[in-house]
Amino acid sequence: MRPVSYSRVADVATAIGTVAADPGSAFLAGGTTEVDLQRIHVSRSRRLVDINDLPLRQIEELPGGGVRIGALARMSDVAQALPIRRRFPMISQALLLGASPQLRNMASIGGNLMQRVRCGYFRDVVAPCNKREPRTGCSALHGVNRGHAVLGTSEHCIATHPSDVGVAFMALDAVVLTQGPGGQRQIAIDDFYLVPGDRPDREHPLAHGELVVAIEVPPTPMASTSLYLKVRDRESYEFALASAAVAISLHDGTIDDVRLALGGIATKPWRARRAESVLTGAPATPETFTSAAEAELADAIGHGMNDFKIELARRTVVRALRMVTGDPQLHDGMAEGLLSEDGSGPADGSGPADGSGS
Amino acid sequence: MKSYVEAASAVQTADTAVVRGPNSVVVRLSVNGTVRNMLIEPRVSLLDALRDRLDLTGAKKGCNQGACGACTVWVDKRRVLACLTLAITCETREVTTIEGLSDGVDLHPMQQAFVTQDAFQCGYCTPGQIMSAVAFLAEGHAADDAQIREWMSGNICRCAAYPNIRAAIRQVRDDAATENPDAAG
Repeated sequence: MRPVSYSRVADVATAIGTVAADPGSAFLAGGTTEVDLQRIHVSRSRRLVDINDLPLRQIEELPGGGVRIGALARMSDVAQALPIRRRFPMISQALLLGASPQLRNMASIGGNLMQRVRCGYFRDVVAPCNKREPRTGCSALHGVNRGHAVLGTSEHCIATHPSDVGVAFMALDAVVLTQGPGGQRQIAIDDFYLVPGDRPDREHPLAHGELVVAIEVPPTPMASTSLYLKVRDRESYEFALASAAVAISLHDGTIDDVRLALGGIATKPWRARRAESVLTGAPATPETFTSAAEAELADAIGHGMNDFKIELARRTVVRALRMVTGDPQLHDGMAEGLLSEDGSGPADGSGPADGSGS
Repeated sequence: MKSYVEAASAVQTADTAVVRGPNSVVVRLSVNGTVRNMLIEPRVSLLDALRDRLDLTGAKKGCNQGACGACTVWVDKRRVLACLTLAITCETREVTTIEGLSDGVDLHPMQQAFVTQDAFQCGYCTPGQIMSAVAFLAEGHAADDAQIREWMSGNICRCAAYPNIRAAIRQVRDDAATENPDAAG
């Protein structure tokens, strides 16, 4: 790691003022991305401003059924918080299926939003990469791209967005609250994550010195039986090849309302709006689910090694929809058992998400 | 007490924070209940500080990028990765390493269980496995082997001693339940 200087701040105003005043500085929260990228010279901050003492760790229930998550709440704490487990199990499951227990203890939820891609060429400072060094080219287009995206790509970048919980936030229309030199902002999650286009170096709309202070998830009653399905090369501690966050509201076998977002296959957490419009008002049958999956992946582009992800994503969508609608043919409880039974959460079989049909 | 290096590099304006480094500064760490001062640069990881400055070589450097878990220690009682933690960020925290786990020469029950169950071959990952396992049981998700596998997945064992590691964890879990049945939950 190159030499860095260090500051520790105790209030938000000083944090913002310190980073805003120094173009070579960056906020340091859990450090799981920042320290790693500094060490391999992908991040080149000359000064790290430690924000871990800021009072931004609360997880609060909001009137009407929403929650507000302080940006410095750790992934492990958010995953286990009762309001999250009761109201938004897909958030809890997405967090618990991500990273490892040690990393979840360290990583903040704001840092999760700000994490960088895991593209091997982005991390390799001698490889051309438009995200790391604009206008040098994309090594992944014709390189080792098995893990890369099939949706939201451009000729300049096909790196997959790595977040799991971001997929749940996308399905739930979360709002990112920031504070910066220009004041406070509320940014819809869909506007927070940017597709690469011709500026893959720009991943979010934040100004230098602008700090994520909280994430708000609006009330979503149908999310109380939502789920997050993650498909990957190994069963734990691995990024998604394809994933789906889904919540659904049924009435007499017809889909009243649905939220669906996909991960592991796109350059940002991907809201499956085409699939949602196929699903809404249609009967909750495997045929409907297949049509929805095909509509969402219609424009997907493979780059050779990742061609399989297009079919894998379709099947992940169908499986997640079958799971969340309690398809009795399905005995798949991959989201079960992550937490011990103490009255709520994924382990208690409280919804049809466990496939028990109860 | 501030070193001359730190005093010389401390800069503060009205709305910005004190700057320390990038040269060496005095960092004060509380490790296994003992406060230690050391002169290190802010970029030094907790893992390097423990191993190279404090001679606490139990925590191992496996990948140095947060992938293997061999460097697992506790910061304020929570299991974390020392390789992705900067030492200077731990100044007001309590750090616990494998060296702080035993009571003198009496091994911690998890250490004894690893011996009893032959839960290692080369031993390189073992300190991290044990620090992770003790914290894991305190977290309370060790109901069955599937949960043990899932919640211990952050500690890789290249020798694949996993069945025996799980046996050691089961042993400590079950012994604790026998001794204190009300807490078995």
